[in-house]
Amino acid sequence: MAYDHIERGIIKFLQADIPLAPRPYRYLSEELGCSEEEIISRIIKMKNRGLIKRLGAVLRHQKAGFTVNAMVAWKVDENTKDQAGQIMADFNEVSHCYLREVPEDFGYNLFSMIHARSEEELSELIDNIARQTGLKDYIIIRSVKEYKKTSMKYF
Amino acid sequence: MNRLTTLEKEIINKLQKDFPLSKEPFKEIAEELNIHEDECLNIIASMKARGIIRRIGGVFDSKKMGYYSTLCACTVPESDIEKTAALINAQEGVTHNYLRDHSYNLWFTLTAPSFEKATEILEKLQNDTGTIIVSMPATEVYKIKVTFEMGKQDGI
Repeated sequence: MAYDHIERGIIKFLQADIPLAPRPYRYLSEELGCSEEEIISRIIKMKNRGLIKRLGAVLRHQKAGFTVNAMVAWKVDENTKDQAGQIMADFNEVSHCYLREVPEDFGYNLFSMIHARSEEELSELIDNIARQTGLKDYIIIRSVKEYKKTSMKYF
Repeated sequence: MNRLTTLEKEIINKLQKDFPLSKEPFKEIAEELNIHEDECLNIIASMKARGIIRRIGGVFDSKKMGYYSTLCACTVPESDIEKTAALINAQEGVTHNYLRDHSYNLWFTLTAPSFEKATEILEKLQNDTGTIIVSMPATEVYKIKVTFEMGKQDGI
């Protein structure tokens, strides 16, 4: 996909951290040689095209009170995958839910990221999801150490 | 521990969900909450300094941007973990990397301009680290949620 210099400039700007200033797009507009209005209208277009999913604050979940997080991987078959995926997606505490192509000897192909405020809440959530989806075979894969957590830099 | 005030939670909710697409976004937020823009900016700065807000910016859809992404896992002997994690971290396009409690103990995400490029990167990482890397690309996306509404009980 080709991006013109204004789009590239905006992508570079938005993948970093917007300055905490009354007019955060001012310097960018000077740098790119266009008006702040132009930048905003381009951002709106990129949002409408779906390139930008969201604009705003990205939180550190752990510091925002969601201290217990786990990746739970479930074994699901072709017939029940979509229904199970939808049920999981409806949980407020599930942030990500994907069906993945996995090695056969691993087999857990439906991944959910669950965020809870306590261990009790986490196990209740998992029980609840298991009950509602009817999926019995799952593993909880917890993070032990974070080596990297950043946003993608496209340019 | 970070305890958030009601005003801080309101600001977080606005910043996450309805960040104004305008020339003066912080002024708009401040007006909606009946506070001065300076106060609003100070509170945001404080939440950033305390590590509650990681950044304010755009969250992109890598697929719509024309990129390929995948979740990767490998089994690394304990003595090699730090070295292997560092080699993986150094690779452009690796955005997340965690040690986890499974026989696949190192899990990372890779985003690359194409499937071919991702395959090339993973082959190089396998050579550099001497491990077998398993790639588990998503075939269906049921949910990607990036905001958490702050309710009264949240934000301990």
